[in-house]
Amino acid sequence: MDYHKLRFIKDRLMQSLVYLSLILAFIPLFSIIYEVFVRGVSAINVDFFIKPTPTVGEVGGGVANAIQGTLITIGLASLIGVPVGLMSGIFLSEYSESRLSMIIRFLHDVLGGVPSIVIGVFAYALITRSIGFSVTAAAFALAVIMIPIVTRTTEEALKLVPMSIREAAIALGIPRWKVTITIALSSARKAIITGILLSIARIAGESAPILVSMGFWRWWFAGLNRPVANLALNIFIFAMSPFKNWVTLAWGSALILIIMVLIISVLARITLTRG
Amino acid sequence: MKMPRKMPLFFNSLNLKFSSQFKNHLKGDNLFKLVSALFASSIFLLLGLMIYTLIEGSWLSIQTFGLNFIVGTTWDPAISKVFGALPLILGTLVTSAIALLIGVPISLGIGLALSEYLPRRFGFAISFLVELLAAVPSVVYGLWGMFVLIPFLREHVYPYLQTALGFIPLFSGPIYGGGVLTGGIVLAIMIIPTVSAVMRDLFSAVPNSQREAIIALGATKWETTKIVVSYARSGVIGAAILGLGRAVGETMAITMVIGNKFQVWPSSLFDAWYTMAAIIANELLEATYDLYVSALINVGLILLIITLLINVLARLIVWRAMRLTRGIVRE
Repeated sequence: MDYHKLRFIKDRLMQSLVYLSLILAFIPLFSIIYEVFVRGVSAINVDFFIKPTPTVGEVGGGVANAIQGTLITIGLASLIGVPVGLMSGIFLSEYSESRLSMIIRFLHDVLGGVPSIVIGVFAYALITRSIGFSVTAAAFALAVIMIPIVTRTTEEALKLVPMSIREAAIALGIPRWKVTITIALSSARKAIITGILLSIARIAGESAPILVSMGFWRWWFAGLNRPVANLALNIFIFAMSPFKNWVTLAWGSALILIIMVLIISVLARITLTRG
Repeated sequence: MKMPRKMPLFFNSLNLKFSSQFKNHLKGDNLFKLVSALFASSIFLLLGLMIYTLIEGSWLSIQTFGLNFIVGTTWDPAISKVFGALPLILGTLVTSAIALLIGVPISLGIGLALSEYLPRRFGFAISFLVELLAAVPSVVYGLWGMFVLIPFLREHVYPYLQTALGFIPLFSGPIYGGGVLTGGIVLAIMIIPTVSAVMRDLFSAVPNSQREAIIALGATKWETTKIVVSYARSGVIGAAILGLGRAVGETMAITMVIGNKFQVWPSSLFDAWYTMAAIIANELLEATYDLYVSALINVGLILLIITLLINVLARLIVWRAMRLTRGIVRE
């Protein structure tokens, strides 16, 4: 009898431990979202969106230049990252029978596991050392981070397109490459765009590679061989600074990033679960 | 996608006369395959270039210090210009180990809750929240760590921890708030999404026949769960190593909470320390001469090698575990 009681107690104990671990994991998530919203909202006003980084001691100011810079960096990174990732994803899903694609898939996993700071050092050694701290180097680093993500999501999206649709198209005499582009890609369009958005959300939050390849910049865009300001990097620089004004701006920037990440994640969840 | 790869040859053997349109189709197909294969193969170029560039960049440091770079314990860019990365490597590994000690049991719990305990519909919502945890940028974790977690730990957790466990040297010494343990906690929070997602997939892949068999013998829920875990145990280890790979490379959050103090070994868990990623982030911009830059790139190279080894090992283990469990299902 006692033995059975012990088993029962143990069962209940472990069950509560399992639920406890869920609660423990969500405390930080809710705390982060709560704090970022509460502390960030006080930073948000019209100036926040139209004024550039304040100089030391200046009151007010905003992150307009950082928003511009982040958009430029993401745009440039997408120019490289999206086509390469898209075509790699197409190759991996449409020609998955070849041995080459097994190796390529594995290498994409490997690249996805390389820490972003190392990719930053790579961009620094390859580009920054020859043309200086610049938006080009930062965009290159972000593109390298983007490629494995876009590749993976494109491959998975294309694999969800039913074989019967392709077969129907092939039976009509449409060549295979046209089937891929017009039928498969367009049926998987939503999921692929979601994947690209997810990769953009990821690189918008990257600050380590930006820091080492481009550095901090307080002004507006000044050419491809110069740095631009960056929201995520601003958070780091502002948070480590002793100025109260900058710390407030850091929370405001964090709020913008979190809202963007939340929207994209919810969007991704909706499109990906509906297919 | 399984397509009849040998189709053109098959048609050839039938000695059919192709219409010129069909030949054009084949030409287009081959061209398209070639172009997409070229794009996909750029990964070889990219990884090769990365390894080459990092070795080339750290060559000066490798020539100057050789193996002493890995075992050296001085980092003095100002006067003697001697660089040794052992304290950084130790700092990275120890904080990551703390992250695993805290993060893996919690991830195990989440993985079990999602696959065994929670009803499926509820599980979807929880999975989404876990994904959100993964999507929060590293620098936001750092910001939160600096302004929310550190004050909280300094005032409400560490003093009690010290009174309770202060007789152990690990828990004695001054409390700053930031430091080794805080770094480990932040890293643990950051690896939980990755590790728990892999664990959920592993446990879900365990065939139901295993659960049914032990339930039929009168097992409790927990005894059933134990069978599930032991069935997927090699994958669980792989998932933990995958988390280690993430923790080792984490930069911004750890830079903001660990205190950035170069020393071989901290006096306690509350003391400040340094990691490889953090020193690159802090000093690469300020490195003024070639040897200094080269030493920092060399740190990056070591970090790359460590993460590559960890990731390849983890992928192989997880992949093998998945294949094993799935293979048995099919039989």
